[in-house]
Amino acid sequence: MKKLTMLALTSAMVAGTPAMADLVFPSLSYRTGPYAAGGIPFADGYADYFTLLNQRDGGIGGVMTRVPECETAYDTERGVECYESTRGEGALVYQPLSTGITYQLIPRTTADGIPMHTMGYGRTSAANGDVFSHTFNYPANYWDAASVIINQLLEENDGSLEGKTIALLYHNSAYGREPIRTLQTLSEQYGFTLTEIAVDHPGQEQGNQWLQIRRERPDYVVMWGWGVMNQVAVQEAINTRYPMENFIGNWWAGADHDVEQAGAAAAGYRSLNMNRLGDMPVFDAIREHVVDAGLAAGDGSNIGNVLYTRGVYAAFLAAEAARTAQELHGTADIDAAMMRDGMEALVIDAATMEAAGMPGIGPEFSVSCEDHGGTGMAIMQQWDGEQWVTLTDFIAPDDSVTQPLVEEDSAQYAAENGIEPQCADS
Amino acid sequence: MIYREAGDFKTTYSADNQTFPIRFDRMGYYAVLIFAAVVIPFLINDYWANSLLIPFLIYAIAAIGLNILTGYCGQVSLGTGGFMAVGAFTSYKLMTAFPGLDMISITLLSGVSTALVGVAFGLPSLRIKGFYLAVATLAAQFFLVWLFNKVGWFYNYSASGQISAPSRDFFYFIPFEVTGPTATAPAKYLFCLLFVFVLAWVARNLTRGSVGRQWMAIRDMDIAAEIIGVSPLRAKLTAFAVSSFYVGISGALLFTVYLGAVEVGASYGIQKSFLVLFMIIIGGLGSIFGSFAGAAFMVLLPVILKVLLVDGLGFDTALSAHFQFVIVGALIMFFLIVEPHGLARLWALAKEKLRLWPFPH
Repeated sequence: MKKLTMLALTSAMVAGTPAMADLVFPSLSYRTGPYAAGGIPFADGYADYFTLLNQRDGGIGGVMTRVPECETAYDTERGVECYESTRGEGALVYQPLSTGITYQLIPRTTADGIPMHTMGYGRTSAANGDVFSHTFNYPANYWDAASVIINQLLEENDGSLEGKTIALLYHNSAYGREPIRTLQTLSEQYGFTLTEIAVDHPGQEQGNQWLQIRRERPDYVVMWGWGVMNQVAVQEAINTRYPMENFIGNWWAGADHDVEQAGAAAAGYRSLNMNRLGDMPVFDAIREHVVDAGLAAGDGSNIGNVLYTRGVYAAFLAAEAARTAQELHGTADIDAAMMRDGMEALVIDAATMEAAGMPGIGPEFSVSCEDHGGTGMAIMQQWDGEQWVTLTDFIAPDDSVTQPLVEEDSAQYAAENGIEPQCADS
Repeated sequence: MIYREAGDFKTTYSADNQTFPIRFDRMGYYAVLIFAAVVIPFLINDYWANSLLIPFLIYAIAAIGLNILTGYCGQVSLGTGGFMAVGAFTSYKLMTAFPGLDMISITLLSGVSTALVGVAFGLPSLRIKGFYLAVATLAAQFFLVWLFNKVGWFYNYSASGQISAPSRDFFYFIPFEVTGPTATAPAKYLFCLLFVFVLAWVARNLTRGSVGRQWMAIRDMDIAAEIIGVSPLRAKLTAFAVSSFYVGISGALLFTVYLGAVEVGASYGIQKSFLVLFMIIIGGLGSIFGSFAGAAFMVLLPVILKVLLVDGLGFDTALSAHFQFVIVGALIMFFLIVEPHGLARLWALAKEKLRLWPFPH
């Protein structure tokens, strides 16, 4: 009992004293439920990078950072609760890592004036900053991903996909349905046949879907999966004896845990990635300052894997935006509105990435009032049976396809919600 | 001592038949009502509204609805999530097609459309009973979710199949926004409270009137009920209609007022049907109070536990999430072992004891 009171007291003190001066980056994580396998490494990477900044550099611009965590279990109702409970602490930016929660938070964060960064997920048309003033989805979004995959396939097929069949195996949710429109447009443009195959939440059952794939034998299977669905799909592909080189996941379907179980049998499976892998200096720094100091968010075993790296990358982008905001407004103690300005003025170049100890982790890009989406470039990686190997350099999407779709969808949103374009006066 | 009926004389039949015959109960009821309607709106903030009170009120409506069907009429239903989705999508279509419409009309119309769908899916109940009916309603659940996923018209052909609620007002002469991001916490809370109060009041009076007695006769023994002149067709279909009306309203409010944006599979899936079913089993079948108690138990307890474990004791979020499962599960088992008839029965027993106290013999 005494111990419990002590615990309660210390936690109350910890929560009570520093409150005002900290830069708060809430992490709406999910360490339980069917999507935990992806949620844990990302949340660990996100938290560890900020701990590293605190330990090594004394925070950002001399102000310490704090990452309050809240468990959503990928559930939208819990997401609302988490948002409401962390908002009051002076949250600078939200990264929910869930397309469903993103849709819910877009109007709320806009009304509350807190920016939200949905890196490579969420509502694709949020790339149009003219309509979505507080939502950012740089460096890339789903429609870019779809376009990048098709561009890569075009290159492999000497510029023509005429007569080919491509099956889209997607998680039957907002997340999985996002690329359909782009792929439909592309299929008209390049003359391939698109088959849409839905997998219902959580994705454990895919017998019928793979039966259909076995019967139709599409030339390529493109997967928009997340959580347990990825592992099951890889296993089913092996059972179906589908050629693994022709099975391509998006960047949420290409993590270590997705293929590790299948091991060598899954060799050849390819996926996109929006960040490069490899042993970067930043991981040594994290090992030295965070893990060895006993401050790691997880057990340290995830360091360097795909989603951990992406969590670090997300934290890096947030930290750089905060730094930009500090310079822009000439104060170290920034609030959410300044953070938004910082995100809108963010420029990531090779030097910045180098300085942060992660050379070439992502593409170079800059954000502007109109363009919240970045370049949309992604790399293609392949599982060799033991680890992920980078296959290509950053591949550019076809903006002439995605841009009109972004315009159309954001215009519809603006009309439904009566939003005036925000960039005209600036 | 204070809680007793001695000295509380009734001189009319209506006084004798009232819902709260004991003065202390009645006073308590009025006190709660006044507190909820007059005091809470001034104290409420966004966290309390969006995390605790609004979901509690909305789920209470769903629980009352399912309790009418399952608790009073004895027809097991696993289609609650699907019916809630009907309410939500009706609201969405009405909100986007008629921007001038106020929220009270939209919500009521959503209830009406759900009632129609509910009656259609209630037709098999005339032929099949018990577990078989549960399976038939399960089909409704899966069919409706599939339908709202499949047909683009329902979500206005948006790219992702998500629907989101634009800002709308309370009522024609009351220009308070109750939906959308700029709606204030008191407005949203009062809007839900209004529906809960009216619907609970109607449910209570329906269930003790002739309609409710027919439902209960069907529940207790349908053949005997038919012999004494209760029409099973009318009784069962009215139960389905009224129940779906309630469930539809709660589904509509869940979308418009509480979440603001939903995706049918995630928000109205089979787990929602089970959640509401658990609420009425834990709260007490065939009891309006039980519906509230069950909703409170299933909605408030996880949040309170989270606040206690994570913010109070500094647990790691994953550990606390796992502990919540353990604690809530253990409490459910505990309550069902101690009192299989739910929290409502516990409450009734406590009141009975209190009435005799301090002289139990």
